[in-house]
Amino acid sequence: MTVFLLRRLLQAIGVVFAMSVLVFIGVYAIGDPVEILISPDADQIERERAIEALGLNLPLWRQYLVFLGNALQGDLGRSFVFNEPALQLILQRMPATLELAFGAMFIAILLGLPLGLYAGLRPNSIGSKVIMAGSILGFSLPTFWVGLMLIMVFAVQLGWLPSTGRGETVEVLGMRWSFLTWNGLQHLLMPAFNLALFKISLVIRLTRAGVRETVLMDYVKFARAKGLSPSRVTFVHVFKNILIPVVTVVGLELGSTIAFSVVTESVFAWPGMGKLIIDSINVLDRPVIVAYLMMIVLMFITINLIVDVTYSVLDPRVRLESKA
Amino acid sequence: MSITTAGPAAAPAAAAKVETPFQRFVSEFAASKLALFGLAVFTMIALIAIFAPWIAPQNPYDLAQLDIMDGRLEPGARSGDGTMTYWLGTDDQGRDMLSGIMYGLRISLTVGAGSALIACVVGASLGLLAAYAGGRTDSAIMRLVDLQLSFPAILAALMILAFLGKGILNVVIALVLVEWAYYARTVRGSALVERRREYIEAAHCLALPTRRIIFRHLLPNCLPPLIVVMTMQVARAIALEATLSFLGLGVPITEPSLGLLIANGYEYMLSGKYWISFYPGIALLITIVSINLVGDHLRDVLNPRLKK
Repeated sequence: MTVFLLRRLLQAIGVVFAMSVLVFIGVYAIGDPVEILISPDADQIERERAIEALGLNLPLWRQYLVFLGNALQGDLGRSFVFNEPALQLILQRMPATLELAFGAMFIAILLGLPLGLYAGLRPNSIGSKVIMAGSILGFSLPTFWVGLMLIMVFAVQLGWLPSTGRGETVEVLGMRWSFLTWNGLQHLLMPAFNLALFKISLVIRLTRAGVRETVLMDYVKFARAKGLSPSRVTFVHVFKNILIPVVTVVGLELGSTIAFSVVTESVFAWPGMGKLIIDSINVLDRPVIVAYLMMIVLMFITINLIVDVTYSVLDPRVRLESKA
Repeated sequence: MSITTAGPAAAPAAAAKVETPFQRFVSEFAASKLALFGLAVFTMIALIAIFAPWIAPQNPYDLAQLDIMDGRLEPGARSGDGTMTYWLGTDDQGRDMLSGIMYGLRISLTVGAGSALIACVVGASLGLLAAYAGGRTDSAIMRLVDLQLSFPAILAALMILAFLGKGILNVVIALVLVEWAYYARTVRGSALVERRREYIEAAHCLALPTRRIIFRHLLPNCLPPLIVVMTMQVARAIALEATLSFLGLGVPITEPSLGLLIANGYEYMLSGKYWISFYPGIALLITIVSINLVGDHLRDVLNPRLKK
């Protein structure tokens, strides 16, 4: 197990370095680094000073080492637009994104589990057919367009929910959160639901498949034969057993939820990391782009590492296979 | 010479007696009404896209045909000079939305199908190579596939476009780089199975050149799963392109796909002018769902595990 862990960890570190080289090549080699890293407003003297300071007159491999050294110290450059360290800018936006992603996961479980349970217990009823058709729609609908339609209906026409922004926030643990105020919660509801749409369909399908397999198990038949009430069989014997795999998969989806929040944040003007990167790309604020890419690569590699390790703990076959 | 001319003529005659695999496939596919419906809808959409310049009421990018006074008209409104009816309304420039959608479909479908095709060629070649060469080549390619698939498509595309900038060609490049891994993994999987079959062994015994074995013997037998993946990936590519264009990272403003049309309507949404975003979205939705209906059923028909 220790060998497996160490090997995966080394692989992960290898990937981070490979990605840092790619990002470096993307910024320093494809484009002109002087244009990318120095604000276009700078005059000639400032430019030369900046070229000197950034080491752009050094050979490429030395430049990479400088870039890597700075990155390891958490220095990924300063934003042209905000004139703040890029990393700090991203970390400031992170709570908003995490709040949105967790909100979406929560909604996905809250709606997906009961609907999937119903569809699995009564697979031939009209209700389940409607649920399953709905889940196909959930997979096919373009997220950003659904977001627009939600704004259209609930904010513009009905006026029930605010259309954009984050609302009031409260500072807890040095970060600003909006799910702790009523107004913030109202702002959170629509974007979180929009982001959750795809995951709801996923949870419905997983739960339904799990329930249909589980109800045929001997222990469920035995529980019924013992004369337990149907609700006890459903909620204790069936539900508890499908909960573990479903929750595991949903947990593993956290990474892709954070990635897709880029779209939802842009639609609802939610001030998170995703909105920041899109805005930065549109105004060519390259230090922020580089910092975001490095952060997100690191985050994904960490999530993937945790996933692999969790799998190997849950399923010993994975470990044995990788040894062979 | 006489043999070669007899070949094509003899084939249909024989096929009339014995059902060919292709005929079996057609009849199995036709068994699902929903899939046929999807195929019919998609064919119609493709025809609209192809013939848009001839059937659209207006050329939305010919400035001479636009009248800014007709801007943001409601669906069904008549143009200021009374010559035409805007069935789906107009956008802020006075463009007919129906024509805009027809032209937008052209771009969306071209980018989606084009990138899926290129990704298929690249991915399938690498997958075949991995399966056939084995050893280090195999593990190097598959490591790359794993790495690619561990990042969500939207994120990978975002990274690539952040470096390349917008433009149709760059979107296609990004979509190909994001999608090739699905094809590579699928083809490698089926090629590994097919490689051990007798007919490949027989081809080896005949001392056929490797290239011929791979492309004439191995590849055709790996096609069914590849076709299924490709259908699904076309839908995915169209959706991803729309998303990227909506975010302002996709196609340029001079070549608006459905995603860009939707983005254009975003700011008018809040003042209740829903149609600028609504109808292009419906067109996008119908396209994606029709492809998915076909793909879903193709998967069932072509899946050997479900064969009786």
